[in-house]
Amino acid sequence: MGIAAEALKDFKGFNPKKLPEVEPLSPGHRACQGCGEILALRQVLKALGENVIVASATGCMEIVTSPFPQTAWRVPWIHVAFENAAAVISGVESAYKAMNRKGKIQQPDVVFLAYGGDGGTADIGLQALSGALERGHNFIYVCLDNEAYMNTGIQRSSSTPYGAMTTTSPPGKKSIGQRTWKKNVAYIAAAHGIPYVATASPAFALDLMNKVKKAAAVPGPAYLHIYSPCPTGWRHETDLAIEVARLAVQTKVFPLYEVIDGKWILSRKIAKPKPVSEYFKVQRRFRHLTEKDIEEIQRRVDEEYEELLRRCAMSGEPQKPEGKETEEG
Amino acid sequence: MGKRVGMEVSIAAAEVVGLCDVDVIAAYPITPQTHIVEHLSELVAEGHLDAEFVPVESEHSAMSTCVGAAAAGARTFTSTSSQGYALMAEICYIASSLRLPIVMAVANRALSAPINIWNDHADMMMSRDTGWIQTVAENGQEVVDLLLHAYRVAEDPRVLLPVIVNLDGFTLSHMIEPIWLPDKEEVDRYLPPYKPKLRLDPRNPMTFGPVGMPEVYTEAKKAQDEAMNGALPVIIEAWGEFEKQFGRAYRPVETYKTDGAEILFLTMGSISETAMTAVDKMRAEGKKVGLVRLRLWRPFPAKELVDVLKRAKAVAVVDRAMAFSTRSGPLCVEVKAALYDHGVSPYVQNFIAGLGGRDVTVEDFEAMAAKTGDGLSKGLPMAYEIVNVRE
Repeated sequence: MGIAAEALKDFKGFNPKKLPEVEPLSPGHRACQGCGEILALRQVLKALGENVIVASATGCMEIVTSPFPQTAWRVPWIHVAFENAAAVISGVESAYKAMNRKGKIQQPDVVFLAYGGDGGTADIGLQALSGALERGHNFIYVCLDNEAYMNTGIQRSSSTPYGAMTTTSPPGKKSIGQRTWKKNVAYIAAAHGIPYVATASPAFALDLMNKVKKAAAVPGPAYLHIYSPCPTGWRHETDLAIEVARLAVQTKVFPLYEVIDGKWILSRKIAKPKPVSEYFKVQRRFRHLTEKDIEEIQRRVDEEYEELLRRCAMSGEPQKPEGKETEEG
Repeated sequence: MGKRVGMEVSIAAAEVVGLCDVDVIAAYPITPQTHIVEHLSELVAEGHLDAEFVPVESEHSAMSTCVGAAAAGARTFTSTSSQGYALMAEICYIASSLRLPIVMAVANRALSAPINIWNDHADMMMSRDTGWIQTVAENGQEVVDLLLHAYRVAEDPRVLLPVIVNLDGFTLSHMIEPIWLPDKEEVDRYLPPYKPKLRLDPRNPMTFGPVGMPEVYTEAKKAQDEAMNGALPVIIEAWGEFEKQFGRAYRPVETYKTDGAEILFLTMGSISETAMTAVDKMRAEGKKVGLVRLRLWRPFPAKELVDVLKRAKAVAVVDRAMAFSTRSGPLCVEVKAALYDHGVSPYVQNFIAGLGGRDVTVEDFEAMAAKTGDGLSKGLPMAYEIVNVRE
């Protein structure tokens, strides 16, 4: 049995009727109306409770929660720079490890969380993240992926999906919009051979919170890639963040899975997937795409999903059945 | 009791850091700093030092890891040089702004391009405004003493700023010298345990590194400036305590044969020992030449410096780095500003010497003294010259 499986063998998920009441991230922050990212971050923090230290990358979640002299944080939180949240939490974790060992403190059970957006994770912070994962620090890294640099005004990142309009991948006579396919950071994290990797979505809150709880329970690094709809940048209605997040899963655009000790496990099989066009039509960032463009994207989405299924099948782990549409969210 | 050893300066630096009960060391290899962190990793590997040695993937992450560790309340150390220092510079500004008492040894090295691993002060000057306290060593004993002093100053509740000890790459870092190494008991007597005022602790949650809007940013920077100025008396006081315990004296500005000198050299770092030899020789020949060495680079001891320089007719400032287009090296710019601020105007000659590891010899100092004396007596315009450059 691998170290993650060992740590999770008696794992008990949250009871949906008795979710923790604690709100380490308080309301009253300054996120945009309908922000899907802050919902996801709130769910992460609720799952972790109060014995946690948080390191934040520069980005939307940093700026909307910490305008001095106000703070939305009821747990210790540090922001240093854009690209180094994983390195900062490495230092915090190492300090606690050394000081506990040397008897300077008696706080062995603190959980260490670093988070960043997709820019802070897939682009500028990838090196620091890779270093921290490889060194094996006992921490959780959460990428809150809203698929572009939203804080600076919707510029493309390597996590922006093919075809999407951003302010630096504008569609035009000679441009389809984003001309590269989304970088798969969860796969990159898994390639480090760390004990736990998962994707999650705020539309499936219980699944998300259980994955966070697992990430905290496994020793060593854990990586969570969380889909985070951004009404401002994706140009969708402000009451649709959860609906958009759900559609991303139902269309196989953002499949939910775990990698436990290197074994791939689908969190919910999508037996009757919806076409990607249903996901695209509620977001104006895709409205310039032609039917032909959408067909090409559909092919790619299908191929990537098949590839994921192959990884799961090769792992030989029991896979979960299709989740009920109404289960959560 | 400490012991007198013959030891490479980098190894001695690691030994004294190892005696300081450091909790977290984050390090990335770059020449000529490597021997310091190599030896620290050996101390940890052998169980002589109980610390987390974090072998980070870049200097940027080295400083980021130190920031996280220091914010969590740990005593931290790192070391770097040149390009690595440039890479971590972004986080150096944040370390000082967050008032974290990190200690770093910088084995000073030239900046690229062309890539050059040898000694000058380009890296020290690049980071002069990062908000760190910076001292400068001239020999191995001083590296050891200044590192011990660095922790005491950095962690003083009246200071809470990070401290750099600058040592010249190769010409100092790789020399084997006779050094008095203190023992653990002596270190503990001089350096009290680190008791952080604020730390990342779930029992008492704090927000570190929030957004500073225009209505608070200026005040934050003014507070930081006051902290840096307020550090000067504490630095001097800690040197006083050091002298009482160990018998070796340090001052922000140190002098050598300045009595009756008409021409004063101003130097920083290991080149000062060559300058002393040159001054001895010229004094023996009846020339009225003396030497002033800047021990403390930040906070800049302007008044202390002017008090010494104002006694001379001419000052020859030896810079080990360029400040392109200013016709003054970075050190000389500050010296001239300090003199002007205090209404003192000796004849100031600026020499750029020893770039990228080029030797500066006793003869070079003699030539600089001669040029300065000549310019002074003939009333020539104050000059700026790159020494020994091939045109």
